[in-house]
Amino acid sequence: MACETRSIPSSRGSSNLTLTDDTSRAPGSPELSELPDDITVETEEGRRLAAQLADDRRHARRLLEVRDLSTHFFTRDGVVHAVDGVSFDLDYGETLGIVGESGSGKSVTALSLTRLVPDPPGRIVSGEIIFDGINILKLTGNEMRLLRGKKIGYIFQDPMTSLNPTLTIGYQIAESARVHLRLSRRAADERAAELLAKVGIPRARERMKDYPHQFSGGMRQRVMIAIALACDPMLLLADEPTTALDVTIQAQILELIRSLSSEFGTAVILITHDLGIAAGMCDRINVMYAGRIVETGKVDDIFEQPQMPYAWGLLDSLPRLDEEKGARLRTIEGMPPDLIDPADECRFSPRCRYARDICRQHEPNLTERQGEGHFARCHGTEPGGWIQ
Amino acid sequence: MVNQAGVLEAPAAVKTRKPTSLWGDAYRRLLKNRLAIVGGIIVILLILIAIVGPYLTPFEYRAQDLPALAQNRNRPIPPFQGPHILGTDGLGRDLLSRLMDGARISMTVALIVQIVVLGIGVPVGAAAAWFGGRLDTLLMRITDIVYAFPDLLFIILLSVAFRDTFFGKAIDGLLIVFVAIGLTAWVTMARLVRGQLLSLKESEFVEAARAIGVSDRKIVTRHLLPNALGPIIVAVTLGIPGAILAEATLAFIGVGVQAPRASWGSLVADGQRSLQAAPHLVLFPALAVAIALISFTFLGDGLRDALDPKLKGKQ
Repeated sequence: MACETRSIPSSRGSSNLTLTDDTSRAPGSPELSELPDDITVETEEGRRLAAQLADDRRHARRLLEVRDLSTHFFTRDGVVHAVDGVSFDLDYGETLGIVGESGSGKSVTALSLTRLVPDPPGRIVSGEIIFDGINILKLTGNEMRLLRGKKIGYIFQDPMTSLNPTLTIGYQIAESARVHLRLSRRAADERAAELLAKVGIPRARERMKDYPHQFSGGMRQRVMIAIALACDPMLLLADEPTTALDVTIQAQILELIRSLSSEFGTAVILITHDLGIAAGMCDRINVMYAGRIVETGKVDDIFEQPQMPYAWGLLDSLPRLDEEKGARLRTIEGMPPDLIDPADECRFSPRCRYARDICRQHEPNLTERQGEGHFARCHGTEPGGWIQ
Repeated sequence: MVNQAGVLEAPAAVKTRKPTSLWGDAYRRLLKNRLAIVGGIIVILLILIAIVGPYLTPFEYRAQDLPALAQNRNRPIPPFQGPHILGTDGLGRDLLSRLMDGARISMTVALIVQIVVLGIGVPVGAAAAWFGGRLDTLLMRITDIVYAFPDLLFIILLSVAFRDTFFGKAIDGLLIVFVAIGLTAWVTMARLVRGQLLSLKESEFVEAARAIGVSDRKIVTRHLLPNALGPIIVAVTLGIPGAILAEATLAFIGVGVQAPRASWGSLVADGQRSLQAAPHLVLFPALAVAIALISFTFLGDGLRDALDPKLKGKQ
């Protein structure tokens, strides 16, 4: 963690240390000239990023600091606050789960981190995303490509549609290495074959020439993982990586993500609606609801003493093995709220059976609870609240 | 298996199905379509004739066989008599040789027009689809205008306007005609490519490519266009008969090819003056046009079915 950080940042003004660091291998240095052909670095932040790409060191206290991130979608019906003032941190090598229902803003948060939110209609309207000491919202779209695939790998939900049907598996894995590491075709293919073997595809070298339709769903997701890890990224974003797969394959894929991320020391943000998966994989969990983080903390704290009725609902709706046969699955009543112009109220209050007037008059803040880094957004469970 | 040394030997390579690619599958489907195969063979023959045919005939397309003509009382020699297999025209020129030279013109028209169509249609369609917004509107309105403009009028105007320039004289005055035909024909390609790319660019593999930092240009050329290649190939193949017909039409009304060269269209035009006396002068060029059109159409239909099996039977 922090003790291993050699150059302390940076991001907020006091960038002296990093700057001197940069100037030591400044203009004309080989690292800078090894950028992909069509990426030109224009901004100050982009220059720092380009300089950082050359080494694998850590450049900040934390890998990721998200501050007050808001991503809105400008639709005909109004402005949808898909992500609304989200803040969280991620340490190097840490695994963070983001859980929540459909439409809670999990995926948009992940897309925002790589600035892949479809624009229009979406736009990151405010906030800061500091990735390894670089404020990525200051980068140009072109500079952003230096990060994507190189420092941030992305695994998409549906492996059936995320691979290009007309390109060979080998090409698609090698592509990232060719863009970022500027490897020759042969070297990139070599690397791709190694990766393919690493993600557990038998006869990897032969299968390089195959097309996606010759792979099963689980194997394609393995290929996606190989693509995401091709340049040894610092952060792996896995957006519901197992939702489209059947249960037995799920376990294999998750195990693969876990073992590879710990082998490479990659931090992981795992987005899922399945708390069971999050419990097995993550160090910490952010529970999201209606574009907000409503509870955050270590896995054990969230599971043992959840401090937000929504989190209880999520936990409650997990099916159990010791359940009576024929028992109904429990759900959270009601629907997630409309995110156009949310009012100043607890966004969960319409569905919350503990809600009182104050919940409908003021939105609670994230306040500290028992356990390290455990915060929840609920009037009722605050000290002196009426729940418990 | 254990060999003498007692070492385990790997079993003879595990039998695997040969990798099938999109193109391999399409090729196999194409082979099953008899009409398309016949069309394809004739197309290949036409191309071969266009390339080597004129070197094989004993008569040059513009050479007059005056003695033979005199023997026939200066009338067109009818077909299947003597050395002129398909007969001659009223000037004693060998019809078969002239048809073979006409095949050159028709195949060249097919080639150049489709190059122009691809060269304009694909970039315009791709840019409109990829960038969207105002550029899309602008480009599509331009294609609408070109689409609405009368093709023949445009081609005739262009050929007349450039008649005396270097450009107008290249390839016996044909280049300008070919380019003009291409300039009216690219709109369909632009619309096709735009439509294909519009749906493709929403696919997740495009987002996945973005997520690993692939540049926009590479996404369009490496990820999107190959996925649209099937429809593009079909459109090119099916566009060729249109181009051949357009050239023939123009030649028939006297635009484009200059005497003594003759395309199939101008052969028909010349022959129709003596339709009663020498019907073969119209019949054979018209047959040539028809065979070329039908072959390309069959081939194109077959390619469409082969490249997009979902469409089969629907069209």
